[in-house]
Amino acid sequence: MIDERIVLQLLKEGKRLDNRSFLEYRKIEIEKDIIPKAEGSASVKLGNTLVIAGVKVELAQPFPDTPNEGILVVNAEFPPIAHPTFEPGPPNEYAIELARLVDRIIRESKMIELDKLFIEDGKVYGIFVDIHIISNDGNLLDASTLASIAALHSTKIPKYENNSLIRNEFIGNLPVRYKPTYVTIGKINDSYILDLTYDEEQVINDLIAFGIRDDEKIVAVQKLRGKFKFNEIEKLLDLAIDKSKEIRKYL
Amino acid sequence: MKKENIKLLENGKRSDGRNLDEIRNINIELGIIPIANGSAKFSFGNTVAIAAVYGARSLQPKFLQEDEKAVVRVRYNMAPFSTDTRKNPGIDRRSIELSKVLRDAIENSIFLEEYPRAVIDCYAEVISSDGSTRITSLNAISLALALAGISMKDLIVGLTAGKIEDKIVVDLNQLEDNYGSADISFGYLFATDEIVLLQMDGELKKEEFLYALSLLKEKAKVVYEKQKEALRNYLEKEKYD
Amino acid sequence: MAELYGKIVLPGEEVEKNEFSYKFNDRFISKKVSLISKNEEKTKAISLSSTYYPEVGDNVIGIVREVEAAGWLVDINSINYAFLPIAEVVREFIDIYRTDLSKTININEVIYAKVINVINYKIIQISIKNGNFKKLNGGGVISVNPAKVARIIGKNMSMMKLISEKTNCEIIAGKNGYIWIKSKKAENMIKAINAIKFIEKNSHFKGLTEMVIKYLEEK
Repeated sequence: MIDERIVLQLLKEGKRLDNRSFLEYRKIEIEKDIIPKAEGSASVKLGNTLVIAGVKVELAQPFPDTPNEGILVVNAEFPPIAHPTFEPGPPNEYAIELARLVDRIIRESKMIELDKLFIEDGKVYGIFVDIHIISNDGNLLDASTLASIAALHSTKIPKYENNSLIRNEFIGNLPVRYKPTYVTIGKINDSYILDLTYDEEQVINDLIAFGIRDDEKIVAVQKLRGKFKFNEIEKLLDLAIDKSKEIRKYL
Repeated sequence: MKKENIKLLENGKRSDGRNLDEIRNINIELGIIPIANGSAKFSFGNTVAIAAVYGARSLQPKFLQEDEKAVVRVRYNMAPFSTDTRKNPGIDRRSIELSKVLRDAIENSIFLEEYPRAVIDCYAEVISSDGSTRITSLNAISLALALAGISMKDLIVGLTAGKIEDKIVVDLNQLEDNYGSADISFGYLFATDEIVLLQMDGELKKEEFLYALSLLKEKAKVVYEKQKEALRNYLEKEKYD
Repeated sequence: MAELYGKIVLPGEEVEKNEFSYKFNDRFISKKVSLISKNEEKTKAISLSSTYYPEVGDNVIGIVREVEAAGWLVDINSINYAFLPIAEVVREFIDIYRTDLSKTININEVIYAKVINVINYKIIQISIKNGNFKKLNGGGVISVNPAKVARIIGKNMSMMKLISEKTNCEIIAGKNGYIWIKSKKAENMIKAINAIKFIEKNSHFKGLTEMVIKYLEEK
């Protein structure tokens, strides 16, 4: 435990306990294919934050408005293992917000070619992305997105035969094309700060996330907390686009 | 898959090539959740559980407290992606039963009276499943409890056994669990010679059951030594950074 | 690789009788991960990770969590909150029906206190009336494993003085694992906190003082 008063004092003087500069990410470590029974999986370590994303491919019914496309479902769990403040029980609003943001960046970036997941009338492949937070030391959105995108890029499609999936035979990789990433930016005393630790998140009042695709298109935005000046958005976008390139390299 | 197509034993070897009394590779990583008082990842082959212990800490609201001893809360959960078919997220009836069974094992392995009015939270997440998930969780929790400095009678050692074809084997994988004719979950304290977790389902003769128990006790020693070795290595490692 | 200054024992292992052992069939068995060191023929067990159990006379750092009618509930990093009665704060009479105690000490404020009464770890009373005990203004608290505080303080406070001097920070370490730190400069705070964390991680090795000096010089 580090007192908020200390963290705030450091940040106000432009310092961080781990001696990082404000725009520096912690060490990013990504491991793919770590869950044998998941069709795709990855773990992401961002300092002391650890997230596992697993992709299960299941037979599904298409949505009525897109009868020829596969379906995508993203879910996030904040199990109490990950932090003393996480409580057992159904996902709270933060877990649901996180899942929806990851869903949005995957969907809006069109990284999965859902139309290639059609099987036959009324039957498509369903892509279930489950985000499991194992250790929470902040910046769960950037870490969870990295884990999910890495997992999707490692996903294989099982063979369909006689109304069921053959789990250990694959017809190929999930058709994916982009690696969108979120860059979450905090603001303190008019300075921007990236990759906040849990303790830092507790004292930052203004927080915004930009989802950026490989071609620098903006595909999702969420002001998570606080407020930003009208004319600082461009600066924030430039920073997000710039940093998204840097962290995409780890994927 | 139909039951008759499954071959669990061939030339005395099991489906994954093991001998009858052979335990899968045990892998242990400690301290992976730095904010927890103790944490551990434990695996038997492809079955992987991560556990964290929070506490002993003060328990609020007050009416939940026990005046003369600690309250132990246990949550066993399987990640949706850990199974063949995606598991619906959240706690189901099976998880509730297993959490209760694990809690009972833990309560009987630690000195509860040293923590009046406090709570000890033990959480286990199965992130990859290939049989024996509750016992993998038990081993992970044992290590997390030790690292959290909780007073305990001994490290809690868990192992499964079962009957496949007509043979008794230890450390069941998923296939053996699903298609074998019996399985036993076993949690044991060597220091006091006490069984703290015991569950069985299937069909066994009395002699088979007793033989399975004796095999469990003998082979649990391997798990015990692995737990100790991991703790020693972790504690003796210089953490200069 | 640095040398351990004792032997690590694990729960369930047979030991000579010590603070963390229990008796079973005429043998003594360790309840905890601990370090057994033989100093001057005396055997001493140190838990390597532990809960803080207050004892009368302990000096602790506390964070106020609740203001009640007759005093304050204080988090001292133990299994239960401690109680700080009004009479252990001020000498003059206070009419509790007309006084807002939060004006004296408010939630989240930090105190340096002495443990004056412990009943089965359920009733824990603390005082800031005498000596150097007081409300601490400014700075903040970090927590370390209570089992490591003795090493962080050092013999005759040598380690704490060393860190304090080398980093220009005011530091008060409570026996309970809460450590209060204050400095005008963030850089100094970072140095001090990291040095304390370094000792916490490496407390069971020999030659710790030299390691800490080297650590502080490198940073």
